[in-house]
Amino acid sequence: MNLAKVFRNREPIGPLEYTRRTWMRLTLLATFVFLYAPIVTLVAFSFNDSRRNIVWRGFSLKYYEQALANDGLIEAFVNSLTIAFVQTIIATILGALTALLLWRFRFPFRGGYEGAMALPIVIPEICMGVAMLAFFSRIGWPTDLPWPLNLSAITIAHVSFSFPFVAVVVRARLEGFNRELSEAAQDLGATEWQVFRDVMVPFMRPGLVAGALLAFTLSLDDFVITFFTSGPDTVTFPVKVYSMVRFSVTPEVNAASTVLIAMTVVLTVLALWLQSRAKLKPEEVAG
Amino acid sequence: MSTELSPIVEITGVSKRFGSFAAVDDVNLTIGQGEFFALLGPSGCGKTTLLRMLAGLELPTEGRIIIDGQDMSGVPANQRPVNMVFQSYAVFPHMSVLDNVGYGLKVSGVARSEIRERAQDALALVKLGDFGHRMPDQLSGGQRQRVALARALVKRPKVLLLDEPLSALDAKLREQMRLELVNLQETVGITFVIVTHDQDEALSMASRIAVMEAGQVRQLAPPAELYEFPKTRFVADFIGSVNMFEGKVEAVEGDVIRLSCPGLERPIEVEQPDTPPIGSTAWAALRPEKIDISKEPPPDPTVNTTPGKIEEITYLGEVSIYHVRISDVLPLVKVAMANIDRVTRRPFTWEDEVYLCWTRQCGVVLDR
Repeated sequence: MNLAKVFRNREPIGPLEYTRRTWMRLTLLATFVFLYAPIVTLVAFSFNDSRRNIVWRGFSLKYYEQALANDGLIEAFVNSLTIAFVQTIIATILGALTALLLWRFRFPFRGGYEGAMALPIVIPEICMGVAMLAFFSRIGWPTDLPWPLNLSAITIAHVSFSFPFVAVVVRARLEGFNRELSEAAQDLGATEWQVFRDVMVPFMRPGLVAGALLAFTLSLDDFVITFFTSGPDTVTFPVKVYSMVRFSVTPEVNAASTVLIAMTVVLTVLALWLQSRAKLKPEEVAG
Repeated sequence: MSTELSPIVEITGVSKRFGSFAAVDDVNLTIGQGEFFALLGPSGCGKTTLLRMLAGLELPTEGRIIIDGQDMSGVPANQRPVNMVFQSYAVFPHMSVLDNVGYGLKVSGVARSEIRERAQDALALVKLGDFGHRMPDQLSGGQRQRVALARALVKRPKVLLLDEPLSALDAKLREQMRLELVNLQETVGITFVIVTHDQDEALSMASRIAVMEAGQVRQLAPPAELYEFPKTRFVADFIGSVNMFEGKVEAVEGDVIRLSCPGLERPIEVEQPDTPPIGSTAWAALRPEKIDISKEPPPDPTVNTTPGKIEEITYLGEVSIYHVRISDVLPLVKVAMANIDRVTRRPFTWEDEVYLCWTRQCGVVLDR
């Protein structure tokens, strides 16, 4: 009788036991299939020994070699990473400072400022792309600068749409801040700067990491705005892939995309690991 | 009492206004060196604002604060010779206990080895010597409070400010911490200024108490004086429990005031040095534990007495509170009697016709 109980869980389903409901399980399954099946296919076919992405003809790494040998693709890849790194740093600092300003101070039109700051999140990307294009050509932003300065226009565009995401995340984090913490630091003799460095920044850190990750991925895979702000010498990875796909989807594109996916996954895991380590650190030191 | 001690904190005409609302209204106080001083009052009376002005976290709209002979106007919070224990303790969650305690020394540029030594000493002082390596989230509420205490004491401030330090602890721990705080204050010899809304806390710990209401100090006195000789109805009512009889001053014979109250057969007689004018309205304040219940009227005619009927009895363990009806126009009178015998042998019970009696020295007559 006990055995029967083990094999067939006859206990009634509790109100919060969603995972034991069939319809819930099916939804979950469907979600996973639609989310990950295309990605898995893409990765699998990057190892396919065929020029076409239709039939499996055996394992091969030759498209990875081909992608590596494609100077245009490598250049676009390097461009994308450079822009992403630089803009993430700027956007994170700018976003964090904006969040602090909005959280800490009361000033006229604060609500308006907060709303205006969030605009880039809701404005359609195509509008922002066109606006950026018009802006840079109107002020005559130089396009013939040497690398990496020629990426400045794209970087500026990326900062302007990604820093609000950082600001929103950090702002949400700051809502939970106990002001007595900064007052305690001040009371113990810390200057404004020391309070910021020793109390505010450590408190904001999870928000900063999450915001930076968000900004990095937003920049890395942005197509629309980049398309409008890039020139012939400043092709980024998504724009390059788009131009390649216009002729046909070759396994070379799959290979390059797989590398990109691997990189983002590694970076995310790294960031999460760094965060958990930072939390444990003082204990490790003591132990 | 303050005259014997050299003043460490002098507050002169200090007000704090937020728009038209005065959180602190023209407060004058002198706190002596080595005192355990309590600011007591209901929430919103301005006691915390006053404390924060001492710390420099708020600036007074008017008035002057002098700490250790130095005018504090223009001295920012991080340069004042005071430290504070916050209500939420405000222990830095990302630092170990030792780093928390050493933080004040670190930002003032003390050498590393000295920081370690002094932080360790401060932790030993609050009996947390072995907890230096722990993170705040591994501590209980009481331990976190000790960390906050050690952190504030490590810089050897002239004055230690405590903002409702015991309000987040459970009853048993609170009682224990009261004793420990008093002992700690005697050990370190630093002036403590504590803000609290809990009268027991103030009475049991402080050497002097300032009772605040609506931004003003209503009375400043040592605990016993505050309890036995309140100056106003507010103070009498706020500190402990009290029965209040409103009446007219009928006669004054020497030190004895005769107060005739509607609802009482005989006027109440109270002996006290300062007497209100005859014919004025006054209130007799009488503590429940100072009234006696008996079956017979007392033989001594100078003892105040009035007949009544027990309507309710509240059993509180060590005492029982008898609610006695004297007259329909008066609220029930509370009388506290120690439960010396077991409650099954209670001398009086519901509906008993009894006499309440109290001597002339028991109550006080208040004129406001």
